[in-house]
Parts: sequence; structure tokens; C-alpha cells
Amino acid sequence: MNGPHDLGGRMGFGPVRPEKDEPVFHADWERRAMAVTSGMDSTGEWTLDMSRHANERIPPARYLSMSYYEIWIAGLADLMTSAGLVTPEELASGRMMVPAKKVRGKLLARDLADVLAKGDPVTRDTAKPPRYAQGDKVRTRNMHPQGHTRLPLYLRGHVGEITRLHGTHVFPDSNAHGKGEDPHPLYTVSFSASEVWGKAAHPQDTISADLWEPYLEPA
Amino acid sequence: MPHDHDHDHDHDEGSALSPIALRVKALESLLTEKGYIDPEALDAIVETYETKIGPRNGAHVVARAWSDPAYKAWLLKDATAAIASLGYTGRQGEHMVAVENTPETHNLVVCTLCSCYPWTVLGLPPVWYKAPPYRSRAVIDPRGVLAEFGVTLPETTAISVWDSTAEIRYLVLPMRPQGTEGWSEEKLARIVTRDSMIGTGLPRAAA
Repeated sequence: MNGPHDLGGRMGFGPVRPEKDEPVFHADWERRAMAVTSGMDSTGEWTLDMSRHANERIPPARYLSMSYYEIWIAGLADLMTSAGLVTPEELASGRMMVPAKKVRGKLLARDLADVLAKGDPVTRDTAKPPRYAQGDKVRTRNMHPQGHTRLPLYLRGHVGEITRLHGTHVFPDSNAHGKGEDPHPLYTVSFSASEVWGKAAHPQDTISADLWEPYLEPA
Repeated sequence: MPHDHDHDHDHDEGSALSPIALRVKALESLLTEKGYIDPEALDAIVETYETKIGPRNGAHVVARAWSDPAYKAWLLKDATAAIASLGYTGRQGEHMVAVENTPETHNLVVCTLCSCYPWTVLGLPPVWYKAPPYRSRAVIDPRGVLAEFGVTLPETTAISVWDSTAEIRYLVLPMRPQGTEGWSEEKLARIVTRDSMIGTGLPRAAA
């Protein structure tokens, strides 16, 4: 979706503000927000792609006025109510009113190191060979899906070159909607900055993005 | 934003908390009551990302690559395996690519769509990396963004921007500064800054 999260090339947000000796968290609630979200992700009731899409669905005016962990908490509330884990009334009161739903998993302290070290790889075996090879020219599709996609708006309809093949990866456009992993070949595609932004760009600068085969057509 | 570094969150005075802090506190309490989360596991997550997983991991990788040409070649060919060999694997580093800075090309990493970042080697991302100014401008005005970090490159150096749109996570391999010949890996690691591995900074100059 062309949502508020898709920020590449937008203007008016002002300068970047690096912070000297920035702490990992700026308030105790940020620690707990990050940890609660990670803990709830371990219930296995949604995928990472679903959680990204929950954040993207926050109305633009709200999204752009929220801090990072406020966005996470809003997205989490959406996921939990959609999955039937909590009710809006429970969220409002902070108290349990209906019995818990049985979930697929629960993160325990003793398992944490192993869970983090293992991660969640998204490469999948497939017999389907990739359509493109390194050096091929491709054009990104001019597509504007209502749902989740990882093809940024600023890179649509542009010609680039396949610079790296990454094997077959879970496809977010499907996985974010509970429609299965539908794995497709993933490529790094490199674009000249002037192809994307016009003549004002530095002639030698490039932008590369990791794009799935359904985002591409031959050029 | 308050800088509250008190780990003992249970002792916070409710009346002193902001609305979002109260909301998160109520949420944790509800989810614990419902049995979905284990507060001890949550404490362990916080401790892990505050003390164990951070840019020192990435600095180790970079210092090894500067010290060992065979390791550097491996890192550039198969970063996931080369980084795993130093013990850094897993969440938000499952699929790694390392990109090398040279006099001809400077690399800059961004996630325009959210906040994708190589947690295994850099830890959790800084606020600016996740905020709209950086996410919007890194791709259209990389030189302007670098200037805000105090980095000015020769006009002849090309900038290669990596937008982390999939689950590939990028680590910039900065150029080894002049004057560091003969340094140990440990000494080299100390000049590798977090920003130099994102591309918004350079390693500290050799003193």
C-alpha cells in the first residue's frame, strides 16, 4: 500500500538529528515496549510481514506523529485484537476479561539465547529456477497494491540491473495477508540515481534494493 | 523525552508516567495475566540488547577483515557464514551482505520502508535511523545526509545506497585508516564506530 511508511524521496521532514552517545532506549517504557512486542511475536500468531503491515495501516497523520515504539505498540494492539488474543476492552482497562486463547508458542527466559541465535531465516528450497541472471536489465512494475508490498513507491517503473541473486525468499506481499509464504527468487537490483531522480542526481551514484521476481519485468 | 534508566520498572510511580508509559505498563500486566508473555524473558531481551548484542560485534567483524585478507574475501563473498564464524548469528542477521568502501565508492545503508538493520552485528538501530528525515533523504540526497553527519566525500567518490527492502541485512566494511599498520585486531576494533558500519560515518582517525 502507498502508506505513510513508504518514505523514500519524500521531503519536508527536516535534517537528520544524530545523537551523541545515544542510549539503546530513551525511557523505561521503550525497553518494555520492545520486549513486550518481541515476546508477543513469539506466540507465533502472526508473521513479521503481518506485523510490518499492521504498522503501515496506522493512518498517515498518526503514523507520522508517533515515535518508533509508539508505532510498535499500536501495531501490536492491532495484531492482538485481530488474532483474538485480547479484546479492545481488555486493552483499555489493562485487565483480563475473557480467557486467554491457546497460542502456538511462548518465549521463556531460558530459551532466549537460542531463539535469538537461530533467528528466522526466510530462504526456501524450490525447484523453480530464477528468471533473471546477474547483469540482466529489468524494469520494476508500475503497481499500486492495496495490501503489503516491499517495492517502494520511488522505485516503481524504473530500469535497473540485476547485481546479485539471493535464492528464493518468502514473499511478503502474500505472507503479510495470511496467504502463505509463496516463495519467489529475490534479487538485488541496482539503479543509477539519475534514472530514479533525474539529472540533478550525481551521475555516479546508485541505489540498490532487494526485490522479488514478481516486482520485475524484462527491460 | 525523559531519560529514565531505572531498570526496576515495577517501582515507577504511576503518577509520574507519561500516557504511553502507563499504556505499556498496563499492556505488559494484561499479557502476563493472560499467560502470553513471561516477564523474565522480557527482562532478558532488554538485557541482551543493552549489554550483549551491539556495534562491538560488528567492529570485531570489521577489524578481522582488516587484519586477515582471507577473512575479508570470505566476508565479501558470503557475509552470513563469515560473520557466523565469529559467533554472530540469528535474529535480524539471518541473511547478511557486506559492502566494501573504496576510494571510488562509499556505501550507505537505509531502510526507507521501516527500520531494517543488522541487529546481530550492530544491535538495535538508533532513533535517527528509524525516523522520517533519514529514511526519506538517504536515497534522494545522500550527500546532504552525510554532510549532517560531518562526512564530506570527494566529488569523484560515487555513493552506493542500499535500501533494505527484504530480509537481507547490510554491513558496511569501512576503509582501514592510514597509520594503523601493525595494529592488533583489538586495537583496530576500537576505532570502528557504529556509524562507519552504516555508512554515515568513518572510522576514528588513527591517533
